[in-house]
Amino acid sequence: MKDLNVQIGSLSLKNPVMTASGTFGYGLEFADFVDLNRLGGIIVKGTTLEPRQGNAYPRMAETAQGMLNCVGLQNKGVDYFCEHIYPEVRKLGTAVLVNVSGNSPENYAECARRIAALDDIPAIELNISCPNVKKGGMAFGVTTEGAASVVKAVRKAYPKTLIVKLSPNVTSIADIARAVEAEGADAVSLINTLMGMAIDAERRRPLLSIGTGGLSGPAVKPVALRMVWQVFDAVKIPIVGLGGIMNATDAIEFMLAGATAVEIGTANFIDPAVTMKVIDGIEDYLCRHDFDSVRDLIGAAH
Amino acid sequence: MKKYILDLTLRQISEPRLGFVILQLTDPEKVLPAMVPGQFVEVRVDGSSTTFLRRPISINRVVRETNELWLLVHAVGDGTRALAALQPGAVVNVVLPLGNGFTLPEAAKERVLLVGGGVGTAPLLYLGEEMAACGCRPTFLLGARSAGDLMQLDLFRQLGDVYITTEDGSDGERGFVTQHSLWQQASFTRICTCGPKPMMVAVARLAREKGIACEASLENLMACGLGACLCCVEDTTDGHVCVCKEGPVFNIEKLKWS
Repeated sequence: MKDLNVQIGSLSLKNPVMTASGTFGYGLEFADFVDLNRLGGIIVKGTTLEPRQGNAYPRMAETAQGMLNCVGLQNKGVDYFCEHIYPEVRKLGTAVLVNVSGNSPENYAECARRIAALDDIPAIELNISCPNVKKGGMAFGVTTEGAASVVKAVRKAYPKTLIVKLSPNVTSIADIARAVEAEGADAVSLINTLMGMAIDAERRRPLLSIGTGGLSGPAVKPVALRMVWQVFDAVKIPIVGLGGIMNATDAIEFMLAGATAVEIGTANFIDPAVTMKVIDGIEDYLCRHDFDSVRDLIGAAH
Repeated sequence: MKKYILDLTLRQISEPRLGFVILQLTDPEKVLPAMVPGQFVEVRVDGSSTTFLRRPISINRVVRETNELWLLVHAVGDGTRALAALQPGAVVNVVLPLGNGFTLPEAAKERVLLVGGGVGTAPLLYLGEEMAACGCRPTFLLGARSAGDLMQLDLFRQLGDVYITTEDGSDGERGFVTQHSLWQQASFTRICTCGPKPMMVAVARLAREKGIACEASLENLMACGLGACLCCVEDTTDGHVCVCKEGPVFNIEKLKWS
């Protein structure tokens, strides 16, 4: 038995494999395929203070080695989560984190405050990087000032582990990471989706309802890996790496680049049981290379 | 219903018309799980460099005697063309059963009309078979552009009366399904429809006018098939809901179709 435990702020994960927000529902949707208790953590769908309808259909376009989406943070609001979803997910034998989004620092902070009141939610992932909403979202995540303003407001309202999810749609992700670290973030997760688009040549129109969307899947992995590598050199707080992880080798590469934990996102759509294979594969890698702890991998390629 | 990820084996592949294939899949080791008409499967596509996501395909038949799952696939893009090129013996990875099915008749005397167009006739065959199994004889109204576009007619005719419209008049009555004289001649207690959206919208309108309960099966663009990605939403009286999880079959009263 290898030691798979990792630490993100005051949050202890039984293994480094979490599921990315918006790709795994509330976990329950995958219960037929996955032993949810084995997961390091589940990060549930982006939650906002008020309910949101999200963007119009069509919201998805397939690309070579990936997909674009412009869902736009559709969710029933934080109060609905607290009343209806939380009672169902709190008893899962894994860390359940909430991805929090908003449209102003105060609005983010209020949403975080309500999540903070839930005993069995040990951490939040602050989404300052959604490319698919007009107000807020990525607008905060693409400048150091914007990112700092949201983290500052949320830090005051949220005493537990605060992970800030960063946008890759920036010139220097290391600068953004430093800015949120300075405001008291416990960790950063990266990357959110890369902004892209698809056009229907026959109809001469964009394929997505709002024109642009966020690219995910294996297509973004080299970019994500590079950014984890750079941020590892820029900050002292732990990094949660994500972006196109399809298997255990991908996950290990992210850890070697500097990630303490990883999130599996789009891969869940192709293989709903992929997370179990990634956990098994990491353990197998540790055996093959004679490591005692998965923590030995963190940043080991530097 | 419990969902599974299964490696099925392609026992036979046939081409009912150009550009369409029927995949007859089996589990060589286990009895296929319970599935109901209107549900669908997500098929993984191997060996197509431009295909990343699974392809959602409705259940065409479940043949318990031979332990076969039939999928009728329209080879319309790279992914479905790769499926159409599979050879017998190929292993096909599927996630199933997904979504909710059509409401089955409560009594054998219910008069149910199944209206299909194009590849949308696929789930109506399984629905007709399950109805027949409960002693209810369905009526089929199938539409196509031309006589050569109609598929599996022999199987439909074993289950109930089949009425046809073609746009060019080469089989049945000329025109669209909603123009068939059947609507004047017979009355129905329930309608189930699957096909191109304009056809289903027209059928839904007619059903409303006549006060007949009606369910329609939607095929919005989909990624996960499990209700996680929120990509395939339809705007309904309950807001944006996932077609994959809350559908694909909807009571038309929930749909905001004009």
